[in-house]
Amino acid sequence: MIQLVFLLFAAVAAGAAINVLIQKHVLYSALSLILMLTAMSILFIFLRAEFLAMIQIIVYAGAIMVLFVFVIMLLNLPADEDGVDQLRWLKFIGIPLGLFFLFFVLATLWNVEAPPASGTALNGSPRAIGESLFTDYLLPFEVTSLLILIALVGAVVFAKKDL
Amino acid sequence: MIEYLTSYDFIVLMIKIIIIFGGVMGALAYLTWIERKLMARVQMRPGPTRVGPFGLLQPLADGLKFLFKEDVIPTNANTFLYIAAPIVSLVPALMSFSIIPFGPSLQVTDLNVGLLFIFAITSLGVYGIVLGGWASNSKYPLMGAIRSSAQMISYELSLTLSVVGVLMIANTLSLAQLVASQQDTWFGFLPRWNIFLQPVAFIIYVCSAVAETNRLPFDLAESEQELVAGWHTEYSSLKFAMFMLAEYANMVTVSALATVMFLGGWSGPLFGPFWLRAGLPTLWFVLKISIFIFFYVLLRSTIPRFRYDQLMKFGWKVLLPLSLANILVTSFIVAIS
Repeated sequence: MIQLVFLLFAAVAAGAAINVLIQKHVLYSALSLILMLTAMSILFIFLRAEFLAMIQIIVYAGAIMVLFVFVIMLLNLPADEDGVDQLRWLKFIGIPLGLFFLFFVLATLWNVEAPPASGTALNGSPRAIGESLFTDYLLPFEVTSLLILIALVGAVVFAKKDL
Repeated sequence: MIEYLTSYDFIVLMIKIIIIFGGVMGALAYLTWIERKLMARVQMRPGPTRVGPFGLLQPLADGLKFLFKEDVIPTNANTFLYIAAPIVSLVPALMSFSIIPFGPSLQVTDLNVGLLFIFAITSLGVYGIVLGGWASNSKYPLMGAIRSSAQMISYELSLTLSVVGVLMIANTLSLAQLVASQQDTWFGFLPRWNIFLQPVAFIIYVCSAVAETNRLPFDLAESEQELVAGWHTEYSSLKFAMFMLAEYANMVTVSALATVMFLGGWSGPLFGPFWLRAGLPTLWFVLKISIFIFFYVLLRSTIPRFRYDQLMKFGWKVLLPLSLANILVTSFIVAIS
C-alpha cells in the first residue's frame, strides 16, 4: 500500500519535472515546478523528514515560486513560438554533459549502502535538526546566514542605485 | 489494508472526519449570515430578514442561488487555469482543518510539525487568487492578483515570525501539545495562556492574519471602489461560491490557530455530568473562535481601507521589525530563565 502511494507521488514528481522542460508557456513551466516541489515534499515525508517536507513547501512553493509567478504575470510573456530556437548549439553540449551527470548519479547510487532501517541516525524531527544545526554544524549555518545577508544587501544596492 | 478498514480506529477516524468536516462546512455557511447580520446592525440596517425567522435560512437560499446561476467563462480566458483556480484556493483552505484540535479528542490527526503544516498549506492558497486573476485575462482581476501576491508574501513573514516567540515558550510545534502546555493557571485564577506572555506577538499575529485573509482594512486585492471585485471579477456561480468559501475557511483557520496558540485552545472550566464534560471543551473552542470572527466583522464594518503604499509600509516597517524584536527579547528571557 505504502509502496503504491510512493510510486504515485514519485510519478507525479517525475512527470511534473519533465513538464517543466517541455511546456512552451513560461507560466505552465512554473506551475509544473510547483507541483514537482509539492510532490517532492511528500516523498520527504516517506523518508521521515517531516520538517524538511514542510520547509520545502513553505520556502520554495509558498514564497520563491510565488515571486516567479508574480514576475511572469507582471511581464505577461507570450508563449514561445515553434522553430525559433536561438540556442540550437546547446543540445550538442547539453546531451553529453547530461549523460555524464547521469553516469555519476548512477555510479553513486550503485555504491550507496542501505541506511539503518530503524532511524535514530535519520531523525528528521524539528528538534533533532535544530540541535545538530546549533552544535555540529554551527559554523556552516552561520556562514550561510552571512551569505544570505550579503545577497540581501546586494539586492537592495542593485534595486536602489542612488541610496 | 482490509483489516485496517474494519478496525475500530479506522471507524473512529472516519466519524471524526465527518463531524469536523460537516461542522466546519455548516459553520462556514452560517458565517455569511453572521457577517451580513452583524454588519447590518453596525450600520443601522435590519440585514437579511425575509428567508426564515431572523433570515436564518438565508445561507440555504444563497447556496441554491449559486447553484442555479449561469456559469460564465470569459471568451479570452485561459479555460484550464480559470476552472482550476477556485479549486486551488478551496482545497488548501479546507486541508488545514485536518490538524486543528477542536477538543481533547476531536482532532483528525496530530503532527509533530503541525504549525508548519498549516503555514505551508495556507501559503499555497495564494495561487488560487493569483491564477484566478491571471486566467480571467482581464485588467482588474490581474491588478487584484498582483496586489494580492505582493501583500501575502509581505505579511506571511510577520505572521510566521510572530509565532516563533510562542514556540520558544511552549517548546513544541504540535498543536495538541501547544494546547496542553496552556492548561494550568497562574496564582490560581489567571489562565496560563500565551497571550499574557506574548501580548506583542498576539497583536502582530492578529494584524497579519487580517492581511493574510484579504479582509478589510487590508482587502486591496478586491477593493470594490477601484477594481470592481478584484481577482474574482469575472467569476460567477459556484466558482465564485468556492472563492467565498475559501475566504471564510481561511478566516476560521487563522482564528483557530490564534486560539490554539494564544488563548489556550479548548481549555476552560469543566463542570456538570459526564456528557457536559465531554462537550464543553469544544464549546469553549468555538466560543473563542467566535470572538475573533466577531472582531473581524466589526473591523470590516468600521475601518476604511488602507492605501497600498501604507499597507506595504505597515507590513515591512512596523510589523516585521516588531516581530523580530519580539523574538530577540523572548529568546533572551527564555535563555536566562
